[in-house]
Amino acid sequence: MEPVLAGYGGEMSGYFGAYALVAVFLAIGVAVVAGALFVNRLLRPTRPTPEKLLTYECGVDPVGEGWAQSQVRYYVFTYLYVVFAVDAVFLFPWATVYAAPGFGMTTLVEMFLFLGFIALGIVYAWRKRVLAWT
Amino acid sequence: MAEVPSYLSPTGQEIVFLLLGAVAVGAALLVVTTRQLVHAALWLVVCFGALAGCYLVLTAEFVAWVQVLIYVGAVVALLLFGLMLTRAPIGRSADLDSGNRPVAALVALATAALLVTVVIDGFRTAYADLTPGRGAAKELGSSIFRNWVLPFEALSVLLLAALIGAIVLSRTDIRGR
Repeated sequence: MEPVLAGYGGEMSGYFGAYALVAVFLAIGVAVVAGALFVNRLLRPTRPTPEKLLTYECGVDPVGEGWAQSQVRYYVFTYLYVVFAVDAVFLFPWATVYAAPGFGMTTLVEMFLFLGFIALGIVYAWRKRVLAWT
Repeated sequence: MAEVPSYLSPTGQEIVFLLLGAVAVGAALLVVTTRQLVHAALWLVVCFGALAGCYLVLTAEFVAWVQVLIYVGAVVALLLFGLMLTRAPIGRSADLDSGNRPVAALVALATAALLVTVVIDGFRTAYADLTPGRGAAKELGSSIFRNWVLPFEALSVLLLAALIGAIVLSRTDIRGR
């Protein structure tokens, strides 16, 4: 990060400056999208007909409601994603310290114990054929 | 202990923190007052995002990105899937209020009062300088694996229990004896 920002001096370097830069880029991104939509709205003619306001569904007239009750099995997949996200989040701080002096083997075993417990859940899901797509 | 600067000349960070806090509170109020269920989940994204911004301003860099990954990403996806399982309509629903509104407001206010009292009583006018790098992954890692290993391992058991519970609840062919 330093070489890129070096030419900009004190304002945009350092912790807060770097994140201010991120915020500025985020604002530019939002402004580009919102501006394009806004200019579009100003330029285009608006002559809605009931036919035009129909939801586009592959060129065929839509059937039924837009809302369909989904199966409960998808919930387990989402929950598996949550478990893996929490899992991954703890790997980051662990990866920065486990090789440092004063941690070593104990920290390595602790993390694999953590992963082992979660792996038990995956094995259970696999044995109960939750992961099979039938 | 660092020297306490005046409250009358707030720094840029303090102003940004206050604005983000206002966004978080406003979005949280919209979550509970909106009449459209899916909009409530989307306002929750705004609320969690503003909270992540607060963490960033407080130099808790790693926690901020965890907030984005876990809460904005995973928990809101879980909530949306939870909504899709119900028969809730996609538009406005008139029957979202359960009649517990006064009790809920009372509990929320009491919880807020308790938390604010504890924080004010615990810290009073204590002042901590914002030092970048104190909330980095390395600092957190050494704190977790030196002092907080047991809660960390207990968390894996909690995740395992919730995962197995979700599997058992979502299947009709797994029964107790």
